[in-house]
Amino acid sequence: MKYMLLIYHDEQSWDGITEAERQQIYAEYRNLRGELESRGQFVSGSELQPVTTATTVRVRDGKEFVTDGPFAETHEQLGGYFLIEAENLDEATAIAAKIPSARTGTVEIRPLVEHAAEAAA
Amino acid sequence: MPQASDTLEQVFRAEYGRIIATLIRASGSFDLAEEALQEAFTSAASSWERDGAPRNPGAWLTTVAHRKLLDAVRRDKTRSDKQSEIEYEKSRLQPFAEPALLDDTVVEYPDDRLRLIFTCCHPSLSREAQVALTLRTLGGLTTTEIAHAFLLPEASLAQRLVRAKQKIRLARIPYEIPSLEIIGARLMAVQAVIYLIFNEGYAASAGQSLLRNDLCAEAIRLGRVLCELLPNEPENAGLLALMLLQDSRRNARVNDRGELVTLEEQDRSLWDRQEIEEGIHLVETALARGRVGNYQIQAAIAAVHAEARTADETDWRQIVALYEELKRMTSSPVVALNHAAAVAMSEGPEKGLSLIESANANGVLENYYLFYASRADLLRRLGRSAGAVEAYERALTLTTNSVEQNYIRRRLQELTL
Repeated sequence: MKYMLLIYHDEQSWDGITEAERQQIYAEYRNLRGELESRGQFVSGSELQPVTTATTVRVRDGKEFVTDGPFAETHEQLGGYFLIEAENLDEATAIAAKIPSARTGTVEIRPLVEHAAEAAA
Repeated sequence: MPQASDTLEQVFRAEYGRIIATLIRASGSFDLAEEALQEAFTSAASSWERDGAPRNPGAWLTTVAHRKLLDAVRRDKTRSDKQSEIEYEKSRLQPFAEPALLDDTVVEYPDDRLRLIFTCCHPSLSREAQVALTLRTLGGLTTTEIAHAFLLPEASLAQRLVRAKQKIRLARIPYEIPSLEIIGARLMAVQAVIYLIFNEGYAASAGQSLLRNDLCAEAIRLGRVLCELLPNEPENAGLLALMLLQDSRRNARVNDRGELVTLEEQDRSLWDRQEIEEGIHLVETALARGRVGNYQIQAAIAAVHAEARTADETDWRQIVALYEELKRMTSSPVVALNHAAAVAMSEGPEKGLSLIESANANGVLENYYLFYASRADLLRRLGRSAGAVEAYERALTLTTNSVEQNYIRRRLQELTL
């Protein structure tokens, strides 16, 4: 079963730490990714550019509305994601808890719709 | 021969949780399990009426429910070739014989209730959903009964259950006993759910007391199940003891006029001796294991009260010592408040009052009914009527429970006469 781990963090506090601290966290991320890959649980994942680069699109009555900024202004911003393979929610949660940003930010776990039948239900 | 309908009712209460737990494991679906068990009960109603109740009614129901479940799965498979959501494992059906054979054989059914209780109380479900799901599945209460007990519209309660079951299915909340690293935290959630059910029933306002008492009884029953399933956890026994000891005072807590009677003023002859004996025995055995916990200490405090034949005989020193132990374990301001009240009894209201004030040092109890009620009580004892009236009036604005409101009004009347 696939789970999306959406990683939210406070971009400002991320900017506030030293380069050495940042490198330390990146190293942790690489280790976690390696660990997941070796167990065949890594599907994809990436860090995202900051929300200042976000663009929002809505189509209403056939008209396209393109605006600057994220979907919602929040205290913590979506900064990256992991798409993983896990047996169940407990396993997904255990992996999410290892994400370095879980210590300072928040990780949201979302199961993916896997079958057409479930999507229709 | 017992009346078939009486037997069915009893079997329903006693066996529902155990049977549904097995059905959920076999089908991987709460909904299919509920439907199958419901159909089995319907069959039982007509069949037992006609032929009399079987010797092993629980086994009869389990077997019939398993067959209904298998039928449902077959229907599901033939209706469409879409991939089934359910992971039915045929092999699990094999140990179950035909109902006709069961009368002469004792069949050991696996007990899956522990999986069920941990799934119902999974931290990814809201506390409200945990409570509703636990009562619905493990307790076998109907949606209507749960909605009434919690004073909620039935539709909201039903919706809550649907969403919880959907999340279990879609997010794949495991139907498993948690691993050793996390079982401690999970067990605390289970205990919290059971104690919350009990408190919901115990904080009865007079009008609903009948329905509410059912919640207390159900919580105690769940507490027993937990002790039975995990007998080596002293906190499970502590929780059961605590509920029994509190429940033992039920008939003395509220008088004929629906007014709250304080522990001090209660007619102790109305206390349930049987519950007290069982509670004291449980907490003593639990404490002897040497793994003290929150519920055990609270139960021990309740036991000291239960052992006093009159309010004056209460061993307040021991209660103060137990609250001190509790204060070391939790930083709860409510515990600090209760500790202060015990000190007031043991060393005088003056000392208690200063401890009450320091329990509210950061204003954490500013909106807490009991803070003002206890404070008012001590001021009254010290003869500081003006201060007492002020505190009682504040307390009155902070509770919506009519029994508590009436108690405060009575005190206010006494003070302003």
